[in-house]
Amino acid sequence: MLDVDELCRPGLAPVSFTLAAGDCLAVRGPSGAGKTLLLRALADLDPSHGRVTWQGRERNTMSGPEWRRLVGYLPAEPGWWAETVGGHFRDWPTLIPLLTRLGLPADADRWPITRPSTGERMRLALIRALEVAPEVLLLDEPTAALDAASVSLVEQVIAERRAAGLTVIWITHDAAQGERVARRRLVVEAGQTRVEEIV
Amino acid sequence: MEGYISLGYGDLGLAALLVLTDAGISLALQLGMHRQLLLSAVRMVVQLFLMGLVLTTLFTVVSPAWTALAIVVMLGFAGREATARQERRLTGWWGLGLGTGAVTLAAMLVTVLALTTALRPDPWYDPRYAVPLLGMILGNTMTGVSLGLNSLSSGLVQRRAAVEARLMLGHDRRSACAPVIRQSLRNALLPIVNLMSATGVVSIPGMMTGQILGGVPPVEAAKYQVMILFLIAGGVGIGAVAAVFGGVYRLTDRRHRLRLDRLAVLKD
Repeated sequence: MLDVDELCRPGLAPVSFTLAAGDCLAVRGPSGAGKTLLLRALADLDPSHGRVTWQGRERNTMSGPEWRRLVGYLPAEPGWWAETVGGHFRDWPTLIPLLTRLGLPADADRWPITRPSTGERMRLALIRALEVAPEVLLLDEPTAALDAASVSLVEQVIAERRAAGLTVIWITHDAAQGERVARRRLVVEAGQTRVEEIV
Repeated sequence: MEGYISLGYGDLGLAALLVLTDAGISLALQLGMHRQLLLSAVRMVVQLFLMGLVLTTLFTVVSPAWTALAIVVMLGFAGREATARQERRLTGWWGLGLGTGAVTLAAMLVTVLALTTALRPDPWYDPRYAVPLLGMILGNTMTGVSLGLNSLSSGLVQRRAAVEARLMLGHDRRSACAPVIRQSLRNALLPIVNLMSATGVVSIPGMMTGQILGGVPPVEAAKYQVMILFLIAGGVGIGAVAAVFGGVYRLTDRRHRLRLDRLAVLKD
């Protein structure tokens, strides 16, 4: 279980919620209310206060890198450090089935990093985040730049991972997507946050 | 002195026109550097004439206390200059402290090494050796530290998404910052590589020429120059590594987060 208790940081109202392993929490709210800041705080990329516990282990009892291998984060604009696509992955051949499912060619590892489109980059970044095998995955509008067919492919892949135990926090502006992927949602508004059931 | 051409102040004034030309270029092309150019030229003139007096005094009294004072002042200015023209500066005491610390560490290590092993003047702090030697090493070390720190801060800002992408995947701060660290150290070391490659062909070292004109055999003068360049290369390397790794330490934290909030906002 992911237990978030009074997580505070500048630019975000205090947040508390619990999330069972394998469950998904949708996050909604107006732009600038702090949804991305919340995910960055959960991934421990920015300083924050409050208790965050995963499966009974408090975040501060482990190092930052250890925590981030458990709690993966896919930002809305993923960063790239190598010259080629393949340079961002540990073991490309084992990823080929997943790449093919998400509509990416098996030889995309040889592409220069400037070549993939925004939608392709998003799917590559998702695969890169999944390759680390995190137990929790934080998604910041992962399907915003995708066509309808790719959106449903990504949703399927995430649903399968959830069935295998992956816990997901998913920022989406699309109310219908929120209803498809989660039964509860966190509403982040300026000055307050609340968790509500999706009916 | 035989064959010595003395310069009149009129000659200097003529040459100063060239600096004014630079300032004119800056004005015409809106580089915004004319004030800096003129101020630095005025500083240079004042500093050099003062240095002439200071050196003469230091060389006659040969006092450890006065030599130490001169060295402290030189190090202080080097640290200040190394950080003064950074595009983005570390906030608080780190801004001045890191540059000064790195320059001091590197230049002192190399100078003391040379004075206690190769040169061995008597006394070892003899200002006739210590002060000019430190001066030659300090200038280049300062440039290396300044270039290294500048590339580090602008590299981390520009490549923030790439650095954080690695942190997100569970890399530690050293590994996430590695490409920026490498680039910063390369930028810091490039001038010394250029300097060594060009010396003797493109640039003719002033000290060596002076020694030859003063009657020192060419091979002896060359040995001195080689020694100095090796010392400079060492100073630049040590200073750049200290500054860049110190900068990475400050711009990340113990939880391996990138802390660009510790950089002052870009002044324009």
